[in-house]
Amino acid sequence: MSVTDIQLQQDTAGHDDHHDDHDHAQSFVTKYIFCTDHKIIAKQFLITGIFWALMGGIMSVIFRLQLGFPEIQLEWLRPILGQWITPEGQLDQEFYLALVTMHGTIMVFFVLTAGLSGTFSNFLIPLQCGARDMASGFMNMLSYWFFFLSSVVMFISIFIETGPASGGWTIYPPLSALPQAMSGSGMGMTLWLVSMALFIVSTLLGGINYITTVINLRTEGMSFSRLPLTIWAFFITAILGLLSFPVLFSAALLLIFDRSLGTSFYLSDIYIAGEALPHLGGSPILFQHLFWFLGHPEVYIVILPALGITSEIISTNSRKPIFGYKAMIGSMLGIGFLSFIVWAHHMFITGMNPFLGSIFTILTLIIAVPSAIKAFNYITTLWKGNIIFTPAMLFSIGLVSFFISGGVTGLFLGNSVLDIHLHDTYFVVAHFHLVMGSAAFFGMLAGVYHWFPKMFGRMMNDKLGKIHFWLTFVGVYLVFFPLHYIGIAGFPRRYYAFTSFDTFSGFADLNSLVSIAAILTLGAQFIFLFNFFYSIFRGKLAPANPWKSNTLEWTTPRFPKHGNWPGAIPKVYRWAYDYSKPGAPDDFIPQTTPYSHTPESNLDHENESAKSEDLTGVEKVND
Amino acid sequence: MTGEVVLKKGIRSMHPQKFGLWLFLISVVMIFISLSSAYIVKKGAGEWIYIDFPEMFKITSVIIVLSSISMHYAYISAKRNNIKSIRVGLAITGILAALFVIGQFQAWGELVDGGFHFVGNPASSFIYVFSGLHIAHLFGALIFLGVVLTNSFQYRVHSKSMLRIEMCTTFWHFLGGLWLYLYLFLVLNN
Repeated sequence: MSVTDIQLQQDTAGHDDHHDDHDHAQSFVTKYIFCTDHKIIAKQFLITGIFWALMGGIMSVIFRLQLGFPEIQLEWLRPILGQWITPEGQLDQEFYLALVTMHGTIMVFFVLTAGLSGTFSNFLIPLQCGARDMASGFMNMLSYWFFFLSSVVMFISIFIETGPASGGWTIYPPLSALPQAMSGSGMGMTLWLVSMALFIVSTLLGGINYITTVINLRTEGMSFSRLPLTIWAFFITAILGLLSFPVLFSAALLLIFDRSLGTSFYLSDIYIAGEALPHLGGSPILFQHLFWFLGHPEVYIVILPALGITSEIISTNSRKPIFGYKAMIGSMLGIGFLSFIVWAHHMFITGMNPFLGSIFTILTLIIAVPSAIKAFNYITTLWKGNIIFTPAMLFSIGLVSFFISGGVTGLFLGNSVLDIHLHDTYFVVAHFHLVMGSAAFFGMLAGVYHWFPKMFGRMMNDKLGKIHFWLTFVGVYLVFFPLHYIGIAGFPRRYYAFTSFDTFSGFADLNSLVSIAAILTLGAQFIFLFNFFYSIFRGKLAPANPWKSNTLEWTTPRFPKHGNWPGAIPKVYRWAYDYSKPGAPDDFIPQTTPYSHTPESNLDHENESAKSEDLTGVEKVND
Repeated sequence: MTGEVVLKKGIRSMHPQKFGLWLFLISVVMIFISLSSAYIVKKGAGEWIYIDFPEMFKITSVIIVLSSISMHYAYISAKRNNIKSIRVGLAITGILAALFVIGQFQAWGELVDGGFHFVGNPASSFIYVFSGLHIAHLFGALIFLGVVLTNSFQYRVHSKSMLRIEMCTTFWHFLGGLWLYLYLFLVLNN
């Protein structure tokens, strides 16, 4: 049948042929807006993420003003916040809660999940695996636009009259389930749920694509044991997302039913203003179980991509192979696995059986092992390396610092006994802002500085990058280190003011210091913003391989077109970390160089595999 | 062509779209696992009521198994290039799916008649959530089925172009199995 044969060709045609010269005219809309090119989609995620990071940062500074200076006059914010400034010129109490909630939601989901994973998984997976594009460019585009839609809904919720969701980013019922509980639990909460539903769809579409691309579309020779650690990290992250976000969907679905249709999944025996509500038989603890089954893997969804980016940058800029490549993969897999069986350590004080608590304590403390392996591997990679302090490298080292100093306090909090005192205090805030918030944020910045030349074909300013790093690094520690003391002193999270407690008056100065540091840290980010946007248009043109790196993305042209490589996709002959190999003339050997071209530096087993290398399509480098 | 290179080396690699479908199914499984565990936790907490399951659920279970058989018939016909039987098989599957959905709504009616409302004790609410979510997924599968049926009328489903019908069959069997699991789960945990 001739008709059917035509279809056959369409179905099985590979990706090489029609992508080679993808130079046909594209309109602005198909090139920059509804685009299926993974590089553009990555930039869309990045710009949206930067926008949200700015929003989240400004919100945090506003509530830090309240916390650091409880008597402060905020009349000057009235043009922006309107009625959320009380007639006395103070921050509205309900709006304070809304700010805290929105700050958490925005940073965890929109910045550190979509902005980090969305940007770098999209950008690097095809480039470093050696693929023309993602497995499904269309799904990838949908993934961004669902995220965009979700962003729009969340953005709108900030501006409605009753205010955005205010029950904390964990949206525990009954506070979130009953619209009469607080003004933010009305329309704002509904929009929050709609936005998150869209966000989950976006994450799943993206995640399915990432996993499929890594498994199916690696170039010839790119075995899993040659995959850069960035890709391993994105791969494991995507799997975590695929397994945990559906659970958040379930939790949110039941919450929606409770809110809008009157079911009793999470609600029971509630009296409001002396009147009993009809809900019977539900349990708010059930929500916590479902939520934290997502919520805990979520923190690894946030940090793992940052750790992957760091591995790559630290190895490149130490001019040394990453220490313990397999141990790095193993510990990421270990962290990924453990992340699913520790969720109840967020719930030690919900009246859980103490025996169960001790099991979750042990499981939680075990996570310290793979985490410590990673930290040691970073340090041993740096050890005696020819370290080049690029801004990306500085941010990566900063990440390692935060990962350690924030991770250590995780051991305190993971203990069900200590948690009785520390639960919901600023100690928790300090812990996760260092280990997950700032560390992941630094990973994101490191990634931007490192791959900016590939994204935009230009270099960012090195000096400004370093100033940005030092201000941010010192600022972050000034903000979050004092919070440990404040937490141990017993300050609970999410309180509007502590002025009515005499015990806390001794810490007022410390709180002011934290607020000032927060303002300075946010201010320092504008150096980055200037550097970023200025360099997109006016930066120095980037050389082909500015960091002398081994991975495949640096074999593409300065401004890669859709399809990434103008000719055939390069083949891969070695792992990504042949830096400073003894005997080699240069201190790096790209993954595309066959062993048979480097007899001077080969080890015995590499000489063996050199004999069986398929060299078709490789131009001889040594000539 | 990358696909062929891989085949030459004797490594069989799954088609990316098919692989993506499996990943999607995993995420669907996670939704239902989480709801099942929520059900068990909720049941363990007490205040649970005994449900009279509608007879209709038995009939719809048979219907969905039959639709799986007709779907598989279409799939085998595609392998053997029986273009006509593909269309017949797919059409029957579609009709059975419609009957299934109608049957589920009937069953909801029976539940309501028996006094087990959506709003009320979580024991009955969960039944609506489970079967409702299942139907939501079935609607997705129905759209997919429509696409494959249209393709079959354009002579685009045959032994050398199996991808779509294969994926559709996988999804269909999955949803059939899912319903049987849910039904058994609900009855056994009543």
